[in-house]
Amino acid sequence: MSQINRLAEGGLINRSKPLNFSFDGKTYEGFEGDTLASALIANGVSLFGRSFKYHRPRGVMTAGSEEPNALVELRTGNRLEPNSRATTVELFDGLVANSQNRWPSLNFDLMSINSLLSPFFTAGFYYKTFMWPASFWEKLYEPAIRRAAGLGKPPEGFDPDHYEKSFAHCDVLVIGAGPAGLSAALAAGRSGARIILSDEGPLLGGRLLSDNLFINDMPALDWVQKVTAELENLPNIKILRRTTVFGVYDHGVYGAVERVSDHLAVPNEFSPRQRSYRIIAKRAILGSGAVERTMVFGDNDRPGIMLGSAVRTYINQYAALPGKRAVVLISSNDGLRTVDALKNNGAQIEAIIDTRNGEMIQRALGGKRVQAVQTIDKNGNIRIVECDLVAVSNGWNPSLHLTCHLGGRPVWDEAKNAFLPGKLPTGLTVAGAAQGKFTLQEALEDGSRAGNEAAEQLGYQVKSIEIPSAEPEVFAHQPTWRIKSTKGKSFVDFQHDVTDLDIELANREGFKSVEHMKRYTTLGMATDQGKTANVAGLAILGEVSNRTIPEVGTTIFRPPYTPVSLGALAGHHIHRDFRPTRLTPSHQWASERGAVFMETGLWMRAQYFPEYSGENWLDAMIREVKGTRESVGVCDVSTLGKIDIQGKDAAIFLDRIYTGTFSTLPVGRVRYGLMMREDGFVFDDGTTARLGEHHYLTTTTTAGAAKVMAHLEFCHQVLWPELNIAFTSVTEQWAQYSVAGPNARAVLEKIVDPDIDISNEQFPYMACKSITICGKIPARLFRISFSGELAYEIGVPNRYGDALIRALMDAGKSYGIIPYGLEALSTMRIEKGHVAGGELNGQTTPRDLGLSKMVSQKKDCIGKHMSERPALLEPERPILVGIKVKNTRSKLTGGAHFLDIGSQASLDKDLGHLTSVTYSPNLNCWIGLGLLKNGRNRLGETIRAVDFMRKTDVLVEVCDPVFLDVDGERLRG
Amino acid sequence: MRIPCPFCGERDLQEYSFLGEAGLKRPDPKADDAQQQFHDYVHIRKNKAGLTNELWQHIHGCRSWIVVRRDTLTHEIFSSEFASDTLKEPAK
Amino acid sequence: MKYSVFSLIHQAIRGQKDWTPVWRDPEPKEEYDIVLIGGGGHGLATAYYLAKEHGLKNIAVLEKGYIGGGSVGRNTTIVRSNYQEPGNIPFYELSLKLWEGLEQDLNYNVMMSQRGVLNLYHSDSQRDEYARRGNAMAMHGVDGELLNRDQVREMVPFLDFENGRFPIQGGLLQRRGGTARHDAVAWGFARGADSRGVDILQNTEAKQIRVENGKAVGVETNRGFIKAKKIGIVAAGNTTRVAETAGLRLPIESYVLQAFVSEANKPLVPCVVTFGAGHFYISQSDKGGLVFGASLDYYTSYAARGNLPAVEDTIEEAIAIMPGISRIRLLRHWGGIMDMSMDGSPIIDKTDIDGLYLNCGWCYGGFKATPGSGFCFAHLIAKDEMHPAAKALRLKRFETGHVIDEAGTGAQPNLH
Repeated sequence: MSQINRLAEGGLINRSKPLNFSFDGKTYEGFEGDTLASALIANGVSLFGRSFKYHRPRGVMTAGSEEPNALVELRTGNRLEPNSRATTVELFDGLVANSQNRWPSLNFDLMSINSLLSPFFTAGFYYKTFMWPASFWEKLYEPAIRRAAGLGKPPEGFDPDHYEKSFAHCDVLVIGAGPAGLSAALAAGRSGARIILSDEGPLLGGRLLSDNLFINDMPALDWVQKVTAELENLPNIKILRRTTVFGVYDHGVYGAVERVSDHLAVPNEFSPRQRSYRIIAKRAILGSGAVERTMVFGDNDRPGIMLGSAVRTYINQYAALPGKRAVVLISSNDGLRTVDALKNNGAQIEAIIDTRNGEMIQRALGGKRVQAVQTIDKNGNIRIVECDLVAVSNGWNPSLHLTCHLGGRPVWDEAKNAFLPGKLPTGLTVAGAAQGKFTLQEALEDGSRAGNEAAEQLGYQVKSIEIPSAEPEVFAHQPTWRIKSTKGKSFVDFQHDVTDLDIELANREGFKSVEHMKRYTTLGMATDQGKTANVAGLAILGEVSNRTIPEVGTTIFRPPYTPVSLGALAGHHIHRDFRPTRLTPSHQWASERGAVFMETGLWMRAQYFPEYSGENWLDAMIREVKGTRESVGVCDVSTLGKIDIQGKDAAIFLDRIYTGTFSTLPVGRVRYGLMMREDGFVFDDGTTARLGEHHYLTTTTTAGAAKVMAHLEFCHQVLWPELNIAFTSVTEQWAQYSVAGPNARAVLEKIVDPDIDISNEQFPYMACKSITICGKIPARLFRISFSGELAYEIGVPNRYGDALIRALMDAGKSYGIIPYGLEALSTMRIEKGHVAGGELNGQTTPRDLGLSKMVSQKKDCIGKHMSERPALLEPERPILVGIKVKNTRSKLTGGAHFLDIGSQASLDKDLGHLTSVTYSPNLNCWIGLGLLKNGRNRLGETIRAVDFMRKTDVLVEVCDPVFLDVDGERLRG
Repeated sequence: MRIPCPFCGERDLQEYSFLGEAGLKRPDPKADDAQQQFHDYVHIRKNKAGLTNELWQHIHGCRSWIVVRRDTLTHEIFSSEFASDTLKEPAK
Repeated sequence: MKYSVFSLIHQAIRGQKDWTPVWRDPEPKEEYDIVLIGGGGHGLATAYYLAKEHGLKNIAVLEKGYIGGGSVGRNTTIVRSNYQEPGNIPFYELSLKLWEGLEQDLNYNVMMSQRGVLNLYHSDSQRDEYARRGNAMAMHGVDGELLNRDQVREMVPFLDFENGRFPIQGGLLQRRGGTARHDAVAWGFARGADSRGVDILQNTEAKQIRVENGKAVGVETNRGFIKAKKIGIVAAGNTTRVAETAGLRLPIESYVLQAFVSEANKPLVPCVVTFGAGHFYISQSDKGGLVFGASLDYYTSYAARGNLPAVEDTIEEAIAIMPGISRIRLLRHWGGIMDMSMDGSPIIDKTDIDGLYLNCGWCYGGFKATPGSGFCFAHLIAKDEMHPAAKALRLKRFETGHVIDEAGTGAQPNLH
């Protein structure tokens, strides 16, 4: 396929590297160094896509990331990237792109019928209609709108590529490697400051790549090469190409994304597709340049109507001629540069229309490509000029977006006829065209200044730098915002199809605030965020509401500067690595036994241990409970939080944070404790062992471990810093197992060292002791019981955890010891009426849990006062009870609510809910714990547990929450 | 956001947790109006638009609780110090 | 002008020439019966219902910037009534019922779309928590269904059912929930209130509530003093700043919450989906953008913008349940100021100052409450008594202990 519009020479493309690609199924050839847009232009393609609302044919308008029109679906299948700007997609061999938002084809799009309905489809149209009849919105109107809306198709499956996240630190971040940015990086870099220089494109140079300018009487590209070579040789400079700094955050934090592999067909092995950076910079210099403005006239969206600067880029950087018969529309001498570029490369200039002379384009003619323009001069003479290209130059909008991310508002500059940066983020300065310094000479000077200043402020010795001299340029101009059209639509926001009439209508309907106009018309809300639309939009709003541009003001620029793939911001924290996985000390052993695991917060814990393949959780749980209650079972409880508290005020401290008293706890004993939040609700519970006079070990729930630790640190450091205590979390330092059941002692006796006496007399219920096991291995033994059986918890340093579970299983073999999982653990604690997650839900007080007696009346503690607020003492408040099915064949479901027999469902009649349920192998029926209004006075009564979600309604008996061994004989045995 | 920790130096926001207004004094439980004081202590906040003293914890660092002087309108940070130190002087 | 098929066709032919401002731009009067401080969704809704339900006319809404410029125009547009606590259920259900008739009531299409709200659960205990909530809703006749994994897969097939860190086990679905077009809600209420005589005063900032002898008598503004018989504070994130001018101290802290939108794509996400192992929520707008958010930026702020850790956390949660959107691009993220209350539930009540009424504490659930909040606040101001559906939303509940803590996280606003 011949590249009919490829210039014979010039450009920064590599003609020795031809690349094949396809667009809408047709194959083409381009060169290395092309973008998709430049390659298609070189092949004579001018129709790239269809617009959002009216499905009008659209071509390329720009040559950069501000492109509103030329959006394509890039790649296919799971790598599909909808809404990709052809102007920034680097060409690679085998690239596949398709046009989007058209049916059945780009050339013949039936949806363009919307254009005929455009008298209806004005701004705010939706708000006024689709209301009759009411039920049709979800059924008819909305599905149709949704199908028609959107742009590209989303990818079809999960992304096969991966992404990285990275932190980067520097003294000076230079954003943009145009003349200002290069000068800044050079000045600051020579001082020795650590620099990161980023540019969104693959090449450094900015506008020097596309305008044939001269520096020191040499081609500017020579200067770019020289500077690049020097920067690359400086060890203190990191150059990030293909990297967009997309956001400014507080205190010198910048978000950036590097497109590591997007210029390749697939990423290289071990390379991410993209890498996001959080850059921490002491200073930053924004050299982001400026975006040229177009003009608003009739049918100004016809393919072939482009920015003058883009025309020059395609010619000079890509050696692709966008048209052969050109009309150049300008409002300043700056645009005349385009005339030279076109003339020198074989295009014919059909007309130069200079609005300063009072001549204007009224309307473009043509459909899928511009064919002519209709102009009107100051005397009202109309002429038609045939052409296939219109190059528009109407001044420049500084790319100051990043200066607004921390709340800065752009300020209108009358002299430059442009918005300039307002209040800047701390540490950021702006240089070059982004600051309204549009000439090359100004940019070079301003960049050097900014680089020097930044380095100096950071204490680096700056070297004097000779500022090169550039050829003179003139940028003064008077923009022409719009030419009132006689016919045809005049687009302001091309991608969202917002016209000047939409802005007029918004104003007519009172949407005069610039934010209201934006939201009502959707101007500036498309994927380009109005980079080419916003300023013209508010200029027109000013015109129709008789306000100046400063009076109208601007909308707010938000991050990201250009859209960022979500994957880049998630990095490797996806799939199984979304959050860390914590494994218990017995995990390896449990895996070998075929345990079924479940997530408990970040932990993976054994849910049950199937005895044979396919044993279900219920059968396994029953077997594990029976085995434990009849002989002995073992369970890994290492996930419980463990906090080691030491110091001479440890006892006082614990008395203040727990409802109970720990100062009276003898050394070598354990006590259960309840902790409240200061608002009087239960925060956490656990046991605390006194290991020495000034040494306690406190345990927390698995879920509460981290927050209890932070709470204790708060209480110490903020409330009572005078207390002499220190504590540290030892959750992961100790592996801990519960050994429970009538034979628990017999099993443990086999592993404790011979000099250790753990008889009931020497080591009674609630005793604790540091011991040695298995031949001098240090261990801690606690006689505590969650299951209600004779039980111990034995802890060893984590590295012995795996060995200990194996040793325990060995020692217990003759007693038929079995491991039990969370299901059995939970069943046994419900049978004993112990509270856990369902009851410790942050909404219950000690009183609600039937634990009022745990709150010492002799002292204050965190939460005590607030737990006595009147509403929390109302007798009607739900209180913990046991629940047992009346009919043993009935099943209970967690979350069912209680109703009296005969009550209709209503909030008034709602009596509470089931907090925990289980099948009890000992009672041979389903039981549960629940919070029941007035519950303690209803023991023995029959009520209903109603579950509308599972559609069950079960008769249950209210009973004491302790179902088994009420007097606790087993655990003391 | 970058927050200076008096122990570790300047660190990223994501290493910290935030609690709220600093300088609140836990009431004397024996005071006559203790109930009212506790209500205010637990619930009522200045919630100032502007300069505040607030409690952060360097939870993924040294675990110090610190008092940070910050402007809630601009997020600008002026200073930070150990919470335990600030308590030695009466709260301003 | 009434919006009808006739007026639309007529205006299409007339080149849309005859439309008039959707609300007037009046000069402030010297005195109003009722002045509402805050021209957001709730303030405008209150004005509308005061006029419509209670026949009151002499009302002003003060807005320091442009109406709808705060939370109502910054949120993720979710509408639902799937609450658990008895103090909240009747209120949010009343609000949802009002949503269901809002377009016809306002003659303005707010694009209320009942596409369903699906809360995913990832463990047995979470399933039971959701069942508890669904059953509480059912007690009040609120619709809810507990779906298993297969039913969720049928509804939202592209979720990660295979490789998730927290496997999806099912979900609680409220089919009547969905989304609405946020800006349109503000504009629709403004139009309705304006047409009933309410003065909407933009660029009018309340500087000071004047209190004389324990009674609120008016508001100092940048446009002069405005006398008022009754004053309602409906200032969302700025509640504290307004209330402190009357000497009120409140159980409120202001935090920043970020919201996110992706580039527009063809339909992918059929309903609102929330992630049970995080705070992430997502829907797709009619225009095609994925609209999503997650946790607060955990610090107090009036700056209405957030920081990168919350951005990255949110997007990690997004990819955790929907790995397929990783190549879709983030278009814009922004922040809003949330009036976080100490129990995570709102306050609609009188204050200790005669004639001064308070509506605040919406945390990050204010949008769905817009019509209900306006309806109940109007009832309170007009009749000096709590609306039955909002009777639990008292200011004094923190003193009495009647807190409404859905999340069970206590008096620490950034945990709700």
